[in-house]
Amino acid sequence: MTTDKQAKEKIEDLGKELVKEVLANKPPILNVPVRALSNIVFNKQKEALELGNKISERNFFNVAHAKKFLQTLEVAAKSKDLLALGKHASLRDVFYMIKRTIPNTKTNIVDEQSESDNAIEDLELLTNLSREQLNINANKMGSVAGQVVIEDKGDEIDWSKMGSGGWSIPSNVEEIKFKKVKAKYVIYMEKAAVWERLHEDKFWEKQNCIIMSSQGQTTRGIRRLLQRLSQEHNLPIYVLADFDPWGFYIYSVLKFGSINLAHMSGSMTLSTARFLGITADDIEKYGLKKQLIAFKDVDMTRLKQLQNYEWFKHSKDWQRQFKMMQTMNAKAEIQALSSRGISFITEKYLPEKIKNEDFLM
Amino acid sequence: MAGTKKKGTTDTMNKPIAEELSKNQRDISVAEFFERNRHLLGFDNKRKALLTVVKEAVDNSLDACEEAKQLPEIIIQIVEMGNDRYRVIIEDNGPGIVKKQIPNIFAKLLYGSKFHTMKQARGQQGIGISAAVLYAQLTTGRPAKIWSKIGANQPAHYYELHIDTQTNNPEIMREEEVTWKKTTGVKIELDIDATYQKGDQSVDSYLKQTAIANPHATFIYTNPKAEQFVFARATDKLPKEPTAIKPHPYGVELGIMLKMLKNTECRTLQSFLTQEFSRVGPQTAKDICEGAGLVPSMKPDELQLPHVEKLIEGIKKTKIVAPSTDCISPIGEELLEKGMRKEISAEFYTAVSRSPEVYKGIPFVVEVAMAYGGEQPGDQPVHILRFANRVPLLYQQGACASTKAIVQTNWRPYGLSQSQGALPVGPLTVIISLVSVWPPFTSEAKEAVAHYPEILKETKLALQEAGRRLGSYVNKKRRIADQQERISIFENYIPEVANALSDLSGVNKEKIEESMKKMLEKNKEYIQAHKEAHKVEKVEKKSKEEQVALTGFEDDNG
Repeated sequence: MTTDKQAKEKIEDLGKELVKEVLANKPPILNVPVRALSNIVFNKQKEALELGNKISERNFFNVAHAKKFLQTLEVAAKSKDLLALGKHASLRDVFYMIKRTIPNTKTNIVDEQSESDNAIEDLELLTNLSREQLNINANKMGSVAGQVVIEDKGDEIDWSKMGSGGWSIPSNVEEIKFKKVKAKYVIYMEKAAVWERLHEDKFWEKQNCIIMSSQGQTTRGIRRLLQRLSQEHNLPIYVLADFDPWGFYIYSVLKFGSINLAHMSGSMTLSTARFLGITADDIEKYGLKKQLIAFKDVDMTRLKQLQNYEWFKHSKDWQRQFKMMQTMNAKAEIQALSSRGISFITEKYLPEKIKNEDFLM
Repeated sequence: MAGTKKKGTTDTMNKPIAEELSKNQRDISVAEFFERNRHLLGFDNKRKALLTVVKEAVDNSLDACEEAKQLPEIIIQIVEMGNDRYRVIIEDNGPGIVKKQIPNIFAKLLYGSKFHTMKQARGQQGIGISAAVLYAQLTTGRPAKIWSKIGANQPAHYYELHIDTQTNNPEIMREEEVTWKKTTGVKIELDIDATYQKGDQSVDSYLKQTAIANPHATFIYTNPKAEQFVFARATDKLPKEPTAIKPHPYGVELGIMLKMLKNTECRTLQSFLTQEFSRVGPQTAKDICEGAGLVPSMKPDELQLPHVEKLIEGIKKTKIVAPSTDCISPIGEELLEKGMRKEISAEFYTAVSRSPEVYKGIPFVVEVAMAYGGEQPGDQPVHILRFANRVPLLYQQGACASTKAIVQTNWRPYGLSQSQGALPVGPLTVIISLVSVWPPFTSEAKEAVAHYPEILKETKLALQEAGRRLGSYVNKKRRIADQQERISIFENYIPEVANALSDLSGVNKEKIEESMKKMLEKNKEYIQAHKEAHKVEKVEKKSKEEQVALTGFEDDNG
């Protein structure tokens, strides 16, 4: 573990290095690894996306780079302050902490949060520290329920006794200790609404499992928590997502890592993840044809991109799914199952799928 | 044209006014003719009437001074007399007019010699100044007052003239010898019904533009508000005197050719060609006949329509030297630029004078000048000043070939914005000047140049040539502005970066800032010439697009 003090020193070193260049009359340059598909390598052995070795040179004395250079330094300075104070800030906080107008200009240091977020990712790459280690957190966004007892900051928490909302997953889950894990597997789902269904039907109790969801994006906290449950307690992870290219990609990110976070793939990937549904075969088997929604152009474009990803290219099963989706030229949401009955998902669909081990790897 | 031989006859000219007037002189009075054609003569309304009166008098004065090789100095005075009545007084330092001619020139419509020769001049139909006199007479009843003096030792003649509207003959109301301090010159005073207004089509603007196109002339102008403007000459060099020439074979149309053949006194086709046209010698004439498949010894009046068609074909096939340019006197690049510089304040000036070209056998020259920047508004369509034989054209801009040529030119490479089929927008004044023995107008009012393909083509070429020079200036200016902007980016960013670096390293902020500023100073050129910047930027942009395409749900930006 990196302590706050060590993290702070790493950031300070970055600054000292640059000042040394400046005082030697050399233009200050940051060497940031390129975070784009062009610099992503799929490690077949580890089954994970990793960053290649393309470096983009960010020279302050280059019109195209000056602003980004400044943004990165601003973020570094703020992170250093946070570490010194032992406080945490959200991504949004950091955005406001550095947002201001540069004197004598009409230029703001940042105009949108995406700019400060990018600067933070640069800082992660430059210091080799994760965002959490820099005391910058994302918003909590996920819920969990199941037969698990944990300890967090001295509090004991029973995930089976969290009322109707479940326990909300913090952005940093490194400090959590698992006290008792009775559950046998985890279902991670794309939709909070589906989680509510499973929770109301006490699915986790009946099936002795953990149900987890996020609102939309799979946050780093959730990915890390899933990884820990998989690695430390050997729990299989099942992914329940929409039958569309975006749903497939949620699985892809969980399993192989994402392009933006390729530099953190070691602590993020989940080689044991399995795609439970909705699959193209489910559409047939569970009579969801009437619930299909016609593809738009963007869907088809995205599907074609997925088909060509290195990590899907050689999987016959996945290529078959892609092809079937292409032929249907349509997609379906998880909630399409409700057409068969409100609790069809918890009483029939999920138990059957899990029992028959009907999933994709 | 063909009428050069038989002075006085108008039947060879296809000008409707002339024909109408000569045929019907006995039947209708000139007053009636005037009423019927006042829109063609420039008297459609009171505002335009004021301009036309000034214009006709000034044109005549300029022509007279130039013929006498005298640097023009013209005094224009407009006095408001109340009730929409104005007194217009125009005085020149030209050669004066001999006593005998005074009544005819001022009080007889269509009197004059320019109509029948191939020679560049401002006035053309001899109708202008007498029409102004008639207008004064019809609106106020007052006679025209004329002073003329032809030499230092000569007396000055003073006339008060009316036009007899029944017979189109001068009616002398008063005539006497007076003393006038001027050595030579003419002065005319007319009382007319008119309205005075400032603006693009005002007398003020007409005189300013005339001063641009005639940099050898001085104008002293007092407007009805008693404001005096002096447009001083920019050169003491008179324009080259134009001479009369015969038509050039290229572009002479079938109809004109037929008339010429009918009227010629030559005995053979070959001599007809060599004598009635410019630039045709015996060899060229033989070549034309050979190309046409006609015998050079044919009698001109034996040629039937099919022969004449063949003859025109033969002319097209034969290479003939370009027409003599003696007959036209372009302003010239240098003087046009000088004229523009003195009247339009801008940052950049350029002028282009094309070589003479020919339309329908008539030589012409297009000249273009541009004035860019300064206080001219950048969000308005460009300001267009059009001239024909140095006379400003103030009306019917939309119908003019010059405007069409501007619209059809692509201005974007020259740094101006332009929508499809519209005038370009920018802080620019464009001058387009056409000089020709006979500038083709769309109507007798002589307000817009007709759309002849040859004229359009020449105008566009001139605009492009001047445009390229303008473009290199505008782009250079933009480049410098870009460079300055770049430098200022760094100047503003340095304190911020220094601050952050000081925070991170604990090194004194001023020390870092000073060092970075020094580097900026030293590396200014390095920064300006840093092409790599753009390359890297492009790569980054591309990967950003990839990212956008790929980030679906993958990330956790919170």
